[in-house]
Amino acid sequence: MALTQKQTRWLLLTPAGLWYAALLLLPLAVVLIFSFGERNAVGGYAPGFTFEQYANLPARFAAFRNTMTLAPLGTLAALLIAYPLAYFLAVKVSSRWKTTLLVLVIVPFWTSILIRSYAWIFLLGGRGIPALFDWVGIEGVRLINTPFAVLIGIVYGYLPLMVFPIYVALEKLDKQLLEAAADLGTPPWRSFLQITLPLSMPGVLTGTMLVFILLMGEFLIPAILGGGKVFFVGNALVDLFLQSRNWAFGSAVAVALVVIMLIVVTLYGRLARRFSVGRDDVGLM
Amino acid sequence: MTDESTPISRKKFLEELRRYEKGSVTRRHFLGVTGLGTAMAVMSGAMPGLVSGRARAQELGDRAVLATWPNYHDPANFDLFTDETGVFTQVNVFGSNEEMLAKLQAGGSGWDVFVPTNYTISTYVEADLIEPLDISKLPNYDAKAFQARFADAGTIDGTVYAVPKNWGTTGIASNSNHTGGVVDSWKSFFDGARDQWTGRAMVHDYQLTTIGNALVYFGHSFNSVAPNELADAEKLLIDVKPHLFAITSDYQPGMRNGDAWLTMCWTGDGKQLNSDMPEIGFALGKEGGEIWSDYYAIPKDAPHREAAYALINYLLTPEVNAREALAHGYPVADSRTNALLPEELLDDPILYPAAERLSALEFGAAATLTDPNRAELMARFKSA
Repeated sequence: MALTQKQTRWLLLTPAGLWYAALLLLPLAVVLIFSFGERNAVGGYAPGFTFEQYANLPARFAAFRNTMTLAPLGTLAALLIAYPLAYFLAVKVSSRWKTTLLVLVIVPFWTSILIRSYAWIFLLGGRGIPALFDWVGIEGVRLINTPFAVLIGIVYGYLPLMVFPIYVALEKLDKQLLEAAADLGTPPWRSFLQITLPLSMPGVLTGTMLVFILLMGEFLIPAILGGGKVFFVGNALVDLFLQSRNWAFGSAVAVALVVIMLIVVTLYGRLARRFSVGRDDVGLM
Repeated sequence: MTDESTPISRKKFLEELRRYEKGSVTRRHFLGVTGLGTAMAVMSGAMPGLVSGRARAQELGDRAVLATWPNYHDPANFDLFTDETGVFTQVNVFGSNEEMLAKLQAGGSGWDVFVPTNYTISTYVEADLIEPLDISKLPNYDAKAFQARFADAGTIDGTVYAVPKNWGTTGIASNSNHTGGVVDSWKSFFDGARDQWTGRAMVHDYQLTTIGNALVYFGHSFNSVAPNELADAEKLLIDVKPHLFAITSDYQPGMRNGDAWLTMCWTGDGKQLNSDMPEIGFALGKEGGEIWSDYYAIPKDAPHREAAYALINYLLTPEVNAREALAHGYPVADSRTNALLPEELLDDPILYPAAERLSALEFGAAATLTDPNRAELMARFKSA
């Protein structure tokens, strides 16, 4: 019994559709409704219709500012470290070692990010890296509970997510293009800029987008390595729901974060398309 | 409070504990001679038809989830409890009463026992989040043995909702190698944190104590909810924030590795730090601050209610409670337990500060828990 094309489409989309409707759209709708409500007397949510929560958003300006500074910085740092590594893995390594090295990139994922972030507390604390600096005569280095510590944690945690998309893009690169360029007397740096880099852009865009979006919602790494002082929007949300119990305001902050994220991602996608003229596979933005 | 009134003398109990810790006697021997075995027998007597540990386990379930505070138990006691009852205790640690309230309000916390502080219990009762305790299931709880001052917040309108765990104070721990002596006022704490100790001080991730002690700095009440006084506290806290090492209620690691030099500190943490590192001292702020008592309570939606009663009953056994106190260094209000503790612990100035110092302290007030201005002030301070 053959299925019609329409039936096939429904069959393919129903599981994901149900999943997203129940676990994404419905909760989002609840958050939207809550954001117009009020805080209950003992905390929590009281129904209402007010724009008060949105008017109060500037009270969390610092959290938005921290997120909007450290998320792009973290993404950029991860990109600068990941690209050479991905290039090395895709182009320079012999196929004998490739698999082993790729597995090594994934190995950190075998341990929970929570535990790995805790390990950084000791590395960045006074008896860790600062003690090494002390030993070579550079005194007074303070790392733990600073924005820099959070940046280190972020780059460490998200690096593999940046390496893989770039690796995949570089792996697909047709080496004949580079050989042809060399035959025609193009210096290597020029063929990198004119051939390799443009052709790897889809990977770069996927990687940066993936890391950036996750960083916008990050709360664990700042909480652990920022000592409660480096506050992301994610930390403000945790605080509003799990400490000060202002669900209405928390919902408004969450809606604001989603809106900002949509705007940034749309603009970035547009920009990306302009820089990769004529390439269809950037359409995944 | 004579030694004869207890099943085992103070001296004998401590000797047996040392022997057990050194491994020279077995756990079974230790349980037998210290009366812990008897305690278990009493417990099973209160739950008819339960004889052996494994048999009881079927009625009690295999686990109890305990929501408590950092560094507040002797882990070995939980192992003994598992040996005796087959119930594994899963411990969740929290740094503020607000966090606990938020979890219970959201529902589905999964907790069987939690440890609320005196001033929060009336709110839990009003919000219908905790259940009245069935005292018949807590044969080791003896109301008469407890000092009323540290026990009466558990009883609301004649109904017992919570039984006392420990009491204590919130003071200042400081490392004298760096602070040149004990820091004993909130004025020197907050002023020093912005000056000579910049980057070295910690405050709690907890509105009651962090805002409360900032209020005390100005001579206001620890419990104030007056908007103009809260504005003073906010100004001070925002001013101090860039100079802090951390905002956290789990401050022992920072103090121990030397990254931090002073912190807001609860009695037992002060005692634990002082025992291991004598250079770390503990003092109360002379302007005032907090005195508190903590309780065991059972949430309305506790999934393992029988295991919850068994666990509370076990932890209130004087012999078990004495081992808890030796491990965590918080004062106990139970005279039966104190009869088992060494004299030097009962004379310890960290646990039992001079009466005139204590009289300046205030118990937290229920209004501070639910006051929206204090909650939002704390959130603004953290996100600043």
